[in-house]
Amino acid sequence: MGDHRQLRPRPLSPHLQIYRLSITMVMSIVHRLTGLALYFGTLLLVGWLAAAALGEPAFAIAQAIMGHWVGQLVLLGYTWALFHHMLGGLRHFVWDFGAGYGPARYVLGWLTLAGSTILTALVWAFVWFGAAIPLSAGG
Amino acid sequence: MDFRTSYSRVTGLGSAKQGTRHFWRQRVTAVANVPLVLVFGFVILTNLGASRTEMLALFANPFVAALTILMLLSAIFHMWLGLQVIVEDYVQAEVVKLVLLVFNGFFAVSVGAVGLVAVLKLMTGG
Ligand code: HEM
Repeated sequence: MGDHRQLRPRPLSPHLQIYRLSITMVMSIVHRLTGLALYFGTLLLVGWLAAAALGEPAFAIAQAIMGHWVGQLVLLGYTWALFHHMLGGLRHFVWDFGAGYGPARYVLGWLTLAGSTILTALVWAFVWFGAAIPLSAGG
Repeated sequence: MDFRTSYSRVTGLGSAKQGTRHFWRQRVTAVANVPLVLVFGFVILTNLGASRTEMLALFANPFVAALTILMLLSAIFHMWLGLQVIVEDYVQAEVVKLVLLVFNGFFAVSVGAVGLVAVLKLMTGG
């Protein structure tokens, strides 16, 4: 255990607050945050499956929550987190093969952001306005 | 400069004695997640607004049930590994770290069990 008194503060390596934000840095942080959000988001998915399995009353409650605008907003965020994390993961695969470390890393970062936003918009355009599209079997 | 002993260089397992196992499992589950999550999402999207009866009919399809189970297993194993890294990166106090790592396992296994039972119950007609 020893003596923990410090004669002078130990040197620290520069951390977040010292750097100018770059797209790669922000995407890295967001990848971790979306992973964390998805971790707790599985509760939504499994909760929904469990409600359906439990019976009509539980399923009705689950559908009401998800149909409410607050629920829809949460699901919208969940969709974006999923797409963003997935594209961020694909970006990691590129790096794992030794590619994409040059200037391409900035392009990959912006692609992750733009791609996840566009895919989320497409999915929710379908959810909200897709009744006219023959794809939707439910209704 | 490499400070490792010849022995540790040969085994290549590092201080945690796990080598690249954790990294590798994180990648393999990530790769599996991509098609599983996409196809599952597509199935959900094409069945929006389904009644409970329609849900039962959907999950009576063994492909849908198997897809959902595989997706749950892969995603939950992946998030278990992922949260472990986050905890190890930020939590310094050994006791807190231990508690969080144990909680992580409990959470993953519990969520997985509930999900699996739900799918099996839906599959067999609710
Ligand atoms: C859909 C396809 C997915 C892909 C391609 C993917 C990919 C990845 C990759 C490559 C990592 C490692 C990042 C690193 O080494 O720094 C990671 C971390 C992680 N993933 Fe995923 N993932 C996916 C889905 C999910 C899902 C569904 C969840 C949660 C249920 C999740 C939760 C996490 C967590 C918590 C981490 C740890 C974050 C970190 O260390 O920064 N992922 N993911």
